[in-house]
Amino acid sequence: MERRQRREIAGKVFEAVALTATVFGLVVLAMLLFDVARRGLGVLSWSFFTRYPSRFPEQAGIRSALLGTVWVMALTALFSVPVGVAAAIYLEEYAPRNRLTRFIELNINNLAGVPSIIYGLLGLELFVRGLKLERSVLAGALTLSLLILPILIAASREALRAVPMSLREAAFALGATRWQVIRHQVLPLALPGILTGMILALSRAIGETAPLITIGALTFIAFDPKGPLDKFTVLPIQIFNWVSRPQAGFHARAAGAILVLLAVLLSMNGLAIYLRYRLQRRYQW
Amino acid sequence: MGLTSRSAAEIYTVRLQRGVAARWREWGELAIQGLLLFAAMVSVFTTLGIVAVLVVEAIPFFQQVSLVEFLTDPQWTPLFAQKHFGILPLVAGTFLTSAVALALAMPVGLLSAIYLSEYAPVRVRAILKPALEVLAGIPTVVYGYFALLFVTPLLKRVVPDLETFNALSAGLTMGVMIIPLISSLSEDALYAVPSSLREAAYALGATRLEVALRVVIPAALSGIVASFILAASRAVGETMIVAIAAGQRPILTLDPRRAIETMTAYIVQVSLGDTPHGTLEFRTIFAVGLVLFLLTLVFNLIALRIIERYREVYR
Repeated sequence: MERRQRREIAGKVFEAVALTATVFGLVVLAMLLFDVARRGLGVLSWSFFTRYPSRFPEQAGIRSALLGTVWVMALTALFSVPVGVAAAIYLEEYAPRNRLTRFIELNINNLAGVPSIIYGLLGLELFVRGLKLERSVLAGALTLSLLILPILIAASREALRAVPMSLREAAFALGATRWQVIRHQVLPLALPGILTGMILALSRAIGETAPLITIGALTFIAFDPKGPLDKFTVLPIQIFNWVSRPQAGFHARAAGAILVLLAVLLSMNGLAIYLRYRLQRRYQW
Repeated sequence: MGLTSRSAAEIYTVRLQRGVAARWREWGELAIQGLLLFAAMVSVFTTLGIVAVLVVEAIPFFQQVSLVEFLTDPQWTPLFAQKHFGILPLVAGTFLTSAVALALAMPVGLLSAIYLSEYAPVRVRAILKPALEVLAGIPTVVYGYFALLFVTPLLKRVVPDLETFNALSAGLTMGVMIIPLISSLSEDALYAVPSSLREAAYALGATRLEVALRVVIPAALSGIVASFILAASRAVGETMIVAIAAGQRPILTLDPRRAIETMTAYIVQVSLGDTPHGTLEFRTIFAVGLVLFLLTLVFNLIALRIIERYREVYR
């Protein structure tokens, strides 16, 4: 019986270790949030939002970075969502099970694992130099659109797959064409899932730094971007710039900007959860 | 075969009536299908674009720098007067930070996967799992801040001779970032193990730990390995943490306390500088990018292949 006891004790010890490992990440997360708040809460004031970057930390603000983020995100959504949803519709509702389909799927799966900085190199050659868009908002948005496409497609496919087959069959039985079925039956029901996926994909894009640095997004922008062809900076690049400086004053600004970025991310995720909850209740099957 | 068991694509093969209006509608349907197919092909074009860009810029580079020098020269100094183009120091830097990250994330990620799948009560799991996912959603630049301004000062108290920029804190922070990747993919694999296997082991008198270690983990091993490989791919391609906290000094070392430079950090360094486009110096980032792309491609394809295989076994 002693042996049995020892095995039981080993089990208890292991459970404690496994629980510690699970909680470890959360403890680090808490420390990160605490450190950012401790350093950054002090700089949050109205002028932090309305001022441009500056060589003097106490005067530096995030105005141009915040506007740049809004511009880039709006255009990224505009480009990536139609393409992503269309690709998902093709793969779920049309694609025959052949080599081409499998090749496309393999491509999407692999693209999801390509380092984001590689997309930056692609954007640099294709959009900045090839299409001569220079270091513009448009070039940044196109680059990020390609980057989040695999996430969007995966989320949209999942949403489409969740629509019961019986609904499609019923519509077909009434003589609807394939597109009519998708347009009037499948898409409305898949909408909450697609919207949720869209917000989550955009929340990935909003924190991306490396690809935008590679295409040459600037860090010192002391004007408002007013159109898609203007030069720009975004919040993560501004944070990177401030972290890289030696002065503690800039580190505090970086922490403040991180707080703003995390707040935006948090509200986007909250919105996604809310949308899923609200829209799912309207359509029940 | 019943109608309900068919896929969406199969049940669409209903022929339309051959009226004039119907034929127009058929054309419209075809046009829509073509557009959708084009959207799906964007991913293929993206891959082709990446390969084309990297190769087109790397070819002139390798016309001036021999492949042998690129792969064997122990120095990387393209931006200095005395130029050396050996990628080894950058590869060593990438290897070092990734190894530190994986050394932390593999055990911690796997342990939390085991806890969530085998031990955690349903309600605890419902809280812990999404909470862990938050770690994966934090922008990498924020982790970079954390590595440089929190982890490094903390480690300096316990690790002697730790440099301000070092592979250790960048690697550890990156490890925390990829914990959820490993734990969530490994948990999927553990969860997919049929409960009949567990029940059989319990019936033979095994404890929970023995069931987990000797039955469930071996059965889910391929999925766990796939999660490790994907994590490695992620670590190799991670950019902002190492660009901020690991340094910009390409030296050939395996000492994690020192400042190093990874492949990704080098691309950032050149992008931020004023090296003119079209020069040999600038083309280095495409040669480095090509190596990075090929490395992660191999990792990703191996992991995808493994995941596909184990799916077939358990469905």
